[in-house]
Amino acid sequence: MSTVTAPTQGAASQGAVGGSTPGSRKAPITYAVLGLFALVVFGLLGQPGSSTFSVSTRTDLFQITPIGVPSRLTAIVLALVCLGLAAFAALRAKEGRRTPGWVAGTFAAAFVLAFLTWAVAGESIPFTGLLQGTLFLAVPLVFGALSGVMCERVGVINIAIEGQLLAGAFLAAVAASLSGNVYAGLIAAPIAGVLVALLLAVFTITYAVNQIIVGVVLNVLVVGVTGFLYSTVLTVNASSWNQPPGLQRIAIPLLSEIPVLGPVLFRQNLIVYLMYAAVIVANIALFRSKWGLRVRAVGEHPRAADTVGIKVNATRFKNVLLGGAIAGLGGAFFTIGAGLAFGKEMTAGKGYIALAAMIFGRWSPKGALGAALLFGFAEQLRISLGIVGTGIPSQFMLMTPYLVTIFAVAGLVGRVRPPAANGTHYAKS
Amino acid sequence: MKLELRGITKRFGPLVANDHIDLVIEPGEIHALLGENGAGKSTLMNVLYGLYDPDEGEILVDGTARTFAGPGDAMAAGIGMVHQHFMLVPVFTVAENVVLGHEPTRGGGLLDLAEARRLVREISDRFGFDVDPDALVEDLPVGVQQRVEIIKALSRDAKVLILDEPTAVLTPQETDELIGIMRQLKAAGTSIVFITHKLREVRAVADRITVIRRGAVVGSARPDAAETELASLMVGRAVSLGVAKSPARAGDVRLQVRDLVVRSATGQRVVDGISFDVASGEILAVAGVQGNGQTELTEAILGLQAHVHGSIELRGTQLVGRTVDQVLEAGVGFVPEDRSKDGLVKEFSIAENLVLDLHDKQPYAQGWSMRPRVIRENAERRVQEFDIRTTGVELAAANLSGGNQQKVVLARELSRPLELFIASQPTRGLDVGSIEFVHERIVTERDNGTPVIIVSTELDEVVALADRILVMYRGRIVGLVPGSTDRDVLGLMMAGVPVDEAVAQAAVHRTETTAAGTEQGGVL
Amino acid sequence: MSTPEDHQNAGEPMPGAPRPGAAREGTAQTSAEQAAPAQTGSGQPGHVGRSEEDRSANLVHEILSSSWLLSLLALVVALAVGGVLIAAADEQVQEAAGYLFARPTDFIGAAWSAVSEAYVALFHGAVFDGQSATFTRSIRSVTETLTVSTPLILAGLGVALAFRASLFNIGAQGQIIMGATFAAWVGFTWHLPVGVHVVVAVLAGILGGALWGAIPGFLRARTGAHEVIVTIMLNYIAVYLISYLLITPAFQRPGSSNPVSPLLDDTALYPLLLGSGFRLHAGFLVAIAATAFVWWLLNRSTVGFRFRAVGLNPHAARTAGIKVEWAYVLVMIVAGGLAGLAGTAQVMGTEKYLTAGIAASFGFDAITVALLGRSRPIGVFFAGLLFGALRAGGVTMQARTGTPIDIVLVVQSVIVLLIAAPPLVRAIFRLPAPNSRPRSARPAAVKEAQA
Repeated sequence: MSTVTAPTQGAASQGAVGGSTPGSRKAPITYAVLGLFALVVFGLLGQPGSSTFSVSTRTDLFQITPIGVPSRLTAIVLALVCLGLAAFAALRAKEGRRTPGWVAGTFAAAFVLAFLTWAVAGESIPFTGLLQGTLFLAVPLVFGALSGVMCERVGVINIAIEGQLLAGAFLAAVAASLSGNVYAGLIAAPIAGVLVALLLAVFTITYAVNQIIVGVVLNVLVVGVTGFLYSTVLTVNASSWNQPPGLQRIAIPLLSEIPVLGPVLFRQNLIVYLMYAAVIVANIALFRSKWGLRVRAVGEHPRAADTVGIKVNATRFKNVLLGGAIAGLGGAFFTIGAGLAFGKEMTAGKGYIALAAMIFGRWSPKGALGAALLFGFAEQLRISLGIVGTGIPSQFMLMTPYLVTIFAVAGLVGRVRPPAANGTHYAKS
Repeated sequence: MKLELRGITKRFGPLVANDHIDLVIEPGEIHALLGENGAGKSTLMNVLYGLYDPDEGEILVDGTARTFAGPGDAMAAGIGMVHQHFMLVPVFTVAENVVLGHEPTRGGGLLDLAEARRLVREISDRFGFDVDPDALVEDLPVGVQQRVEIIKALSRDAKVLILDEPTAVLTPQETDELIGIMRQLKAAGTSIVFITHKLREVRAVADRITVIRRGAVVGSARPDAAETELASLMVGRAVSLGVAKSPARAGDVRLQVRDLVVRSATGQRVVDGISFDVASGEILAVAGVQGNGQTELTEAILGLQAHVHGSIELRGTQLVGRTVDQVLEAGVGFVPEDRSKDGLVKEFSIAENLVLDLHDKQPYAQGWSMRPRVIRENAERRVQEFDIRTTGVELAAANLSGGNQQKVVLARELSRPLELFIASQPTRGLDVGSIEFVHERIVTERDNGTPVIIVSTELDEVVALADRILVMYRGRIVGLVPGSTDRDVLGLMMAGVPVDEAVAQAAVHRTETTAAGTEQGGVL
Repeated sequence: MSTPEDHQNAGEPMPGAPRPGAAREGTAQTSAEQAAPAQTGSGQPGHVGRSEEDRSANLVHEILSSSWLLSLLALVVALAVGGVLIAAADEQVQEAAGYLFARPTDFIGAAWSAVSEAYVALFHGAVFDGQSATFTRSIRSVTETLTVSTPLILAGLGVALAFRASLFNIGAQGQIIMGATFAAWVGFTWHLPVGVHVVVAVLAGILGGALWGAIPGFLRARTGAHEVIVTIMLNYIAVYLISYLLITPAFQRPGSSNPVSPLLDDTALYPLLLGSGFRLHAGFLVAIAATAFVWWLLNRSTVGFRFRAVGLNPHAARTAGIKVEWAYVLVMIVAGGLAGLAGTAQVMGTEKYLTAGIAASFGFDAITVALLGRSRPIGVFFAGLLFGALRAGGVTMQARTGTPIDIVLVVQSVIVLLIAAPPLVRAIFRLPAPNSRPRSARPAAVKEAQA
């Protein structure tokens, strides 16, 4: 139970030798199939009429008129873009070269837009609202996925993200309510996450208990403790224990006036701004700094790290706690970030989607951000389309992140490669 | 720098891996640490490198006692180590691997990769290594990876360099190059501790030799000591380097391999179009340096390899395209190269391990039910027959020593009528007593009329067992020669030299060495 | 390649899943025993004489270091942790804490009564309710425990079985849902004769769970996709799938706007075991049979031998001709089938119609059940009973003392955490380590033998 992609049959050496396999035909084929699907279903079988995207909100400085496009034609064009990218990827594969990263991103964007034009044919959808909702839903996922990245990069699988988010949400609400100060909640949330992470670290690193087991059990424990306290203390004395103030939105001058993106990105509360910072800092720190090199060495080959004097288990311990703090902060978004009281099991499996986002984002902060936004988008789409009313059952929209993740780990969307020592305990001797 | 170990003792539970070992490494010398597999060499070096804490004893650097809490301390004291299994992060570049743990930074904790590259190039140029600092380590051949390890140690100003079994994975040419590098390093003032069990290499390069047996120092020798003398020091008694066996009485051809090609997962031809026959009652030894396709050849016969083309016929039955259980069913007995990984389920009892491949066959199973009593009785018989030292057949196989584990594997594979017996590295890591036992059993199987294939990287074993020798190099057959072939010739063939040329070269070489005395013998 | 260090380290505990202790504990003892004859020199006589003397000391040590004692102590610690939470959340205790130093007895008394009342209620609800008016009502507790245990045991067996083949089946939740869905559909759509209907519905339930289990098994075998991720994702997909199905005409109860299915035909229900006064149904007998079946499968069948071999060392298994990939698929099919049976217990026994919440949290609890049972069928059975008792008792506790049932989750998870880390429990109770006896007792014994 060490890696997320175990070597397949007869290729035991693969894990050690061949990483990303240039020339793999899986990705182009997947692209081509999806592209054809888009062409036929969204394009050729789509309804005539136009799809309207309203872009501006009333408070915007610059007003942009809603954009209406012919549904079928637009979908066909976008599907052709998808097929073009598939052909490009196939060409690269034939030459035995790696497909550049932007291909996947552009493909996803074109495919989703094609879907969207098809889904809102004859209707109108508020585009800005869609983006705002996407970001809102993605914030806890980003924090959760970052927590996963911090842990798994040092080789500790963090299934307990869910518990860390929930603990963070809980303590943020309680601390903010009791003190009447929202910033107390903001400080308390990471502490809650760290406490859960401490248990994870002690049991997995000190006592060598299987990481997946501890993660699963910690989630149950946090649900139990927060659920118990919610039903007792928080319910009995709701006014003093569970009425947290919410964080204020802060509009950043100038930036928030950029059309479309400005209000979405820069009219947010402090937690969202902390998220931007966390992603950027984590990405640079992991891949450009001395600290990151050591962290990654510990996750890839702990013994090699040990032989050059890096303290493997200390590094792991610190990173697991750091991950816990990040996820705990993300948990605060559920309560004080959204201006809500704490509710029983209010994270509702977001921690597991965050885990999926981390995998889909290939264990990098940047990738996790992208994946979390994609998953957030899928959920927001369900809400928006629910209002517009389309033929797709909302349940299938909700399944998207999970299905996408299964495809990802099954290697249908390129190969994902976890840190080599992920899930293993390191004992010196 | 002078390095001294005094009375180093290291225990693992009841096992004493190092027993009061004393060792002195003088500045600028190449000091060979000679011993069998499992003699305690690697343990000693891991103690010296701070990876293990010694239970007793002390380490002195230039006369002052030092304790190494971890490799960091050892490195700070000027000790570098090239591990048998390279300690390189496969997904990092050469430069990243070299600077890991002592990274140059540009302020703000950001890596200074330009400086790292410069460092690699500087050391690489100094010794003529030709290593690209930006190459990913996983893309490099093992010989180059080893150089990266050496650069890594030198970049930390190692004054003493420990090389742990450095030639195990190298081709003869690479070995020659490594020996050149060792001489260069010595000339530059670096002391080298050279851990090995290969006598010829020791004699070629060492200034002094310390022999370790069963965790203790049993003596030291000069490099001009006779090979047999070193060998008997190493194993504890005069070694008969041969096995008592009658000449083969080869019968009809049983196994026919034709144009066999095996491709690796990445598409390389690891076995590249080879053909040979094995007759009943003969031992064919496949010789070669590790990693020249021997493993893949045997795995292809067993059906473990995925991409196999060509033909393998066992008494007219085509084996290519069959699953492992079908091949076993056809009467192939197989002793894998790595017994702890592929041969045994260590947590299973000895009895269960003895029926690992027969567990669903009569009489051990009746339909879907296994028959524990029959399995136990079988185990008790095999334990007797193969002299497996254990207190009970229900014990987990993990409790057995390496030799006894190998006997379990042998007992299982030889416990049914065979049409072909294949053993890879049958005695790797075993003590001398077990080696003799295993060799005798293999010869017995041959004398029963079974065709036998032995794969070994140990020339001694090949020469001792083989009736015919097939030498492999880079997935091809260099030559198929009689079992009595001169070992110098075999050595050259293992380096890829064709038979005729090898015979000629060996003859010249022999006259040269007689003329030049013992100075710089041919290096295998 | 095996290194010289390999066999030296073999005796050390292996990191990883909490494998059944037998092999590991056996290791420590046997290696010491092997050394014994060599040390005594004379061998046999010394050995025999010693073993008689050592037996009683040995027994004490066995008990002190046994997994049963550890499980018991883990339960004690877990209940204590739960007690602290209960006391802390109790208003009277909080009040008394306000003047703790003035009258500490008040505080202790309040805490004691809060905790003891809760746990007594839990016991009453789980095992035997002495306070009830009638005998029937007092034994209802234990039947409730058995009813709740049924899906826990069945799904726990599925998780445990996969564990033994080194697969982490986090997907019991989804498998239960799919099993219940299939069984329910057969139960209310087909109208079959008495006897046949229930059997067909059970088979459908097994099929549903097995299909859902086969997906991660197949993906693991074919693409190497890790089953932990795939099963977690499939859990969610199953939840959304059932929510969707329950608003389609094929599944939704006619005339209802709620996402619930029609009631199952009476012919498709598990017979009640103790009459209509109790919920206990024949699903519990299925759980007993399944436990026996899994025991046989793992310990006596060729298939189970292959599962175990693949779980412990897939390389050696493959070299011995075992089809490792197929074993992964097959074990997940069987595991899924067992979880599917848990689904039938829910929908054909306890609930009698299908809802999106049919699996409750049994699938996740099953993981803790499997862990507490150390992945052994008998252990899983008793672990299922214990957690079933906690859950059934928790309902009564919540009703009588107002202590939320969430406390059961806390107790459950603390038990499993502690079970997984024996050194921690030993440290808490200052118990000897399992292999300390042979080493410390040996020199004395050897001396006696020599004298």
